[in-house]
Amino acid sequence: MLRYIIRRLMISIPLLILASFLCFGLTTAMGDPLGEWKLQKPRTPAEITAAYERTGYNDPFLERYANWAGDFVTGDWGESVVPGNAGRSVKEDIGKAFVVTFRLVIVAEIIALLLGMIVGVIGAVRQYSLFDYTATGISFAMFSMPLFCVALILKTGGISLNNWLESIGADRWIVTAGPPGDGFKGGFGEQFFQYTGAYILPTISLVVIQFALYSRFQRASMLDTLNADYVRTAQAKGISEARSIFRHAFRNALIPIVTVSSLNFGATIGGAVITETVFGWSGMGKFLVDAITKLEPFQVLGFMMVTAVFIIVFNLIADILYAFMDPRIRLD
Amino acid sequence: MTDLTTPAVPPAAPTTADKSQFDSSSARKQWQVIARRFLRHRAAVVGVVIFVILVLFAFLGSAFWQYSYTDLGFPRYQNPTADHPFGTDRLGADMVAQTIRGTQFSLQIALVVAFLSTLIGVVLGALAGYKGGWVDTAISRFIDLLLVIPSFIIAAVLVRNSFVASATGSNGGSNWLVVALYLGLIGWLSIARVIRGMVLSLREKEFVEAARALGASTPRIIFRHILPNTVDVIIVNATLAVAQAVLLEAALSFIGLGVHSPDTSLGLMISLNKNELNLHPWLFLIPFVFIVLISLSVNFIGDGLRDAFDPRQKRVKA
Repeated sequence: MLRYIIRRLMISIPLLILASFLCFGLTTAMGDPLGEWKLQKPRTPAEITAAYERTGYNDPFLERYANWAGDFVTGDWGESVVPGNAGRSVKEDIGKAFVVTFRLVIVAEIIALLLGMIVGVIGAVRQYSLFDYTATGISFAMFSMPLFCVALILKTGGISLNNWLESIGADRWIVTAGPPGDGFKGGFGEQFFQYTGAYILPTISLVVIQFALYSRFQRASMLDTLNADYVRTAQAKGISEARSIFRHAFRNALIPIVTVSSLNFGATIGGAVITETVFGWSGMGKFLVDAITKLEPFQVLGFMMVTAVFIIVFNLIADILYAFMDPRIRLD
Repeated sequence: MTDLTTPAVPPAAPTTADKSQFDSSSARKQWQVIARRFLRHRAAVVGVVIFVILVLFAFLGSAFWQYSYTDLGFPRYQNPTADHPFGTDRLGADMVAQTIRGTQFSLQIALVVAFLSTLIGVVLGALAGYKGGWVDTAISRFIDLLLVIPSFIIAAVLVRNSFVASATGSNGGSNWLVVALYLGLIGWLSIARVIRGMVLSLREKEFVEAARALGASTPRIIFRHILPNTVDVIIVNATLAVAQAVLLEAALSFIGLGVHSPDTSLGLMISLNKNELNLHPWLFLIPFVFIVLISLSVNFIGDGLRDAFDPRQKRVKA
């Protein structure tokens, strides 16, 4: 097993190199990060040369890539280059953004996964019941809505709720500008109040989409196993319905959803773009959108490396879990 | 049907009866069975009806509606009235005309994306699964590579790069075809993986071995023998890709990497009106409802097709 993990990680090193090279090309193709700065007002040639010197854009493409890669391996992820905001350490900024996103995503993923599994299993066991129809209807509605609209509607609702709370003399609860930068303060009750106020809406908007996916997926795979011959055999041998559902059908129906959720989690680390943008969280998604808008090459590259490592690692975790739950699969 | 005494159809000549077992009419019957199962799926039929109405609304609506999307100068921010059932927007344009045009662009994008991503995904997935070896390795690693590179960066290159902009004739923005091509070119990964997995197991089946033994060429085996067995998955995925494309396009518009003026889309309309939710909610909610209607109806159609193709999902209590 350990040898398998090491081999898989070794295979992903060339993938990362290739991806970073491609991404480097893409950031170059995106446009000149100094383009806007040059247009703002006339710059002297000396100023322009100095600014390009700092971005490294004077060197040929391959040399720039080699420089970046060499620095990256030694732990220097480069700095922001757009004048006015230049000199920010990419590594530090990504580190902060990552913590913000991770805290948000992990809670939402766990809630969505648990809810999705419960609803999916009940929906499959009681197929075509009122519960099944309701759950199916809700999940269909959920993944037919653009996420940013859901988030915007939630945000507007949150602001109305705040106004109403204020009108009855209570404190404003919902925070629509991200969690406080300097942490939550006060006693446990106050901290809980602040925490829920900041997290509840972004969490709901993330859960909505993921729940729809997981519950549909769990229902389908559970239906597959409930209809499988081995479950019918088990029932024919006379074991109880509960035992056939949980020991035979449910355990096998877990295999696909575990795979999907770990793949999904790896991707969500960089993908909560919409939720973060709407609710003003300075997490990974917002970091990427800002970096792309400003054409910051090293920020985009740093983002790609972090999310790539996450996707690769969670792909590996998915395969390992798969082999763990289905002994017929051998990893080697 | 249960008539045991007299056959409803006079016994035909034995030769034609025997032939009918082997000619193509049995294949047609399978499609009839699928069609009948689909028509019994109520939500799917409702989905088809809604989708057809939306398509008619989008592509023929402008011919019948009294105002054009270019008519400006109505009172701005007018509430919905009999004359302007969807009200007017911040420029004083009629929202019905705008919605017709937005729906049309959104549907155009979605159909191109579904076609393109299905085509690329099926061909590459089938090649990887059937050929194996270095072809499989190359295609699979390429998929890994595309999964790792954030798709927003590719979108940003297409939208902001002046070369692409001038090549497509849009001035600095992105026209709908660029967005559609982009979404299609990154959207084929999941269908390719699914098809590859199916082909991996299908190529070991006896009928493929038989075809190979008879000397059939690789394209013939793939297109005539293997892919017909995956047609259910392909159709369902293509349908769902339409719904996904509408939503993805809206998300791209929201972060400013989607369709730009002079083209439009439902996603762009929502994004432009995102701050109107409090004061002029209909400007936000009308395009929103249209997006939800498109993707909901398409999702229901996809679900109905899946049930029709795969009756195993219907649980029969023993």
